[in-house]
Amino acid sequence: MPKKLYLDKQSVDFYEKVKEISGETITLCDQCGTCSGGCPVIEQMDISPAQLMRMVMLGDKEVMDTKTMWLCATCNTCTVRCPRELDVSKVAEALRQIRLRQSIDQVKIDEIPKDILRELPQIAVVGAFRRLTS
Amino acid sequence: MKIPYYPGCTLKSAAKHFEKSAIESAKKIGVEFVELPRWNCCGVVASLADDDLMHHLAPIRNMVRVLEMNRDGLVEDEKRLLMLCSMCYNTLSRSNKRVSENSEDLDAINDFMYKEEIDYDGSVETVHFLEIIKEIGFDKVKKAVKKSLKNLKVAPYYGCMLLRPKEVGIDDPETPTIFENLISSLTAEPIKWNNSRRCCGSFLTVDNADVVIELGSDILEDAKNSGADIIITSCPLCAFNLDNRQKNIKEKYPDFKEIPVVYFTQLMALAFGLSEEVMGFDGNFIDPRKLLKSKKLIK
Ligand code: SF4
Ligand code: SF4
Repeated sequence: MPKKLYLDKQSVDFYEKVKEISGETITLCDQCGTCSGGCPVIEQMDISPAQLMRMVMLGDKEVMDTKTMWLCATCNTCTVRCPRELDVSKVAEALRQIRLRQSIDQVKIDEIPKDILRELPQIAVVGAFRRLTS
Repeated sequence: MKIPYYPGCTLKSAAKHFEKSAIESAKKIGVEFVELPRWNCCGVVASLADDDLMHHLAPIRNMVRVLEMNRDGLVEDEKRLLMLCSMCYNTLSRSNKRVSENSEDLDAINDFMYKEEIDYDGSVETVHFLEIIKEIGFDKVKKAVKKSLKNLKVAPYYGCMLLRPKEVGIDDPETPTIFENLISSLTAEPIKWNNSRRCCGSFLTVDNADVVIELGSDILEDAKNSGADIIITSCPLCAFNLDNRQKNIKEKYPDFKEIPVVYFTQLMALAFGLSEEVMGFDGNFIDPRKLLKSKKLIK
């Protein structure tokens, strides 16, 4: 017999928000783990890309306190491999946006030492600030 | 062939030598880059949020410049926009795709750009220089070769932005061949290795350098173990992460042995017999000249 899962309103709202920003129907994820298997940054993550999808699917807001969304480099390896044609990088972006739109930046330019900033190419700095600041 | 060309920020500053070798090598196969007048930054990374149209504005404004170039006779009926930098290519292509396929988005962007003389109509096609090389033909590249690179084993490093996502990728995302074909046509030997499409860590180099150091060390070790003398890339950010970060890799792993990483057009310039100044190897962090001298490819 199929089992039904009931989510409270807060969880449903959170899920809907992520779905709206990312444009991804996250409930289509069947938790196959292909995304996690090919992710270049998985060793540094606290939850895997598949776990991130699962938490969002269940409307579990604790996903906002994990490191994974900040470590996704948008390499799109998972995107081209997902059998359900889902894009985890867009879901990670939606989670980042939820935080950044509250004007909470993940990197602060004045906290990066000047000599390091000078070494970095423009492309790195602009890219990081586009992804990690509001 | 005269074609509108979008350089992007990094090729005009930290990676000038990449641009110079590209412009001069292109001439040898009959391609003239015509730089976009008044181009602006593409934003480096594609806007991924569905509800964020605003960040597509900067990329699309460059498309208007392409239409203006056609209007003003700078190019003749050429609405393809050529890029060298993989990240610019990816970002401009994704924005262009979104607005070209979605008339509401296109209208909204045009409303924002009301001061432009021409409305964008979605007619520009974004291309990477490698696609133009493929179109011209690898046999033509081979004919332009003045110096045989026969003993040089080259690892083609695609990274992410040339291949993914599929909608904008220039080749098969899992088994690309475009770099291998280019390397062969330059008479060098492309090596087979596992990490040619693995991410270098991209912009994480700013706030998570250690991730980039770990990825870079894996990628570079694989290239060396697979027999590569040198690595080529088409992305100035990959180039930074794989070349300049070797300093940090060596600090963390003192036994690490360096390997040169060059831009694909620097290899073209070498094979085409262009001057040292055009090849610009003095701009690379790990100097490739020692290796190239030992292989008798430069003096
Ligand atoms: S690869 Fe796709 S379907 Fe599989 S776990 Fe990841 S997101 Fe879900
Ligand atoms: S896009 Fe993000 S989650 Fe997906 S493989 Fe790349 S780094 Fe991992």
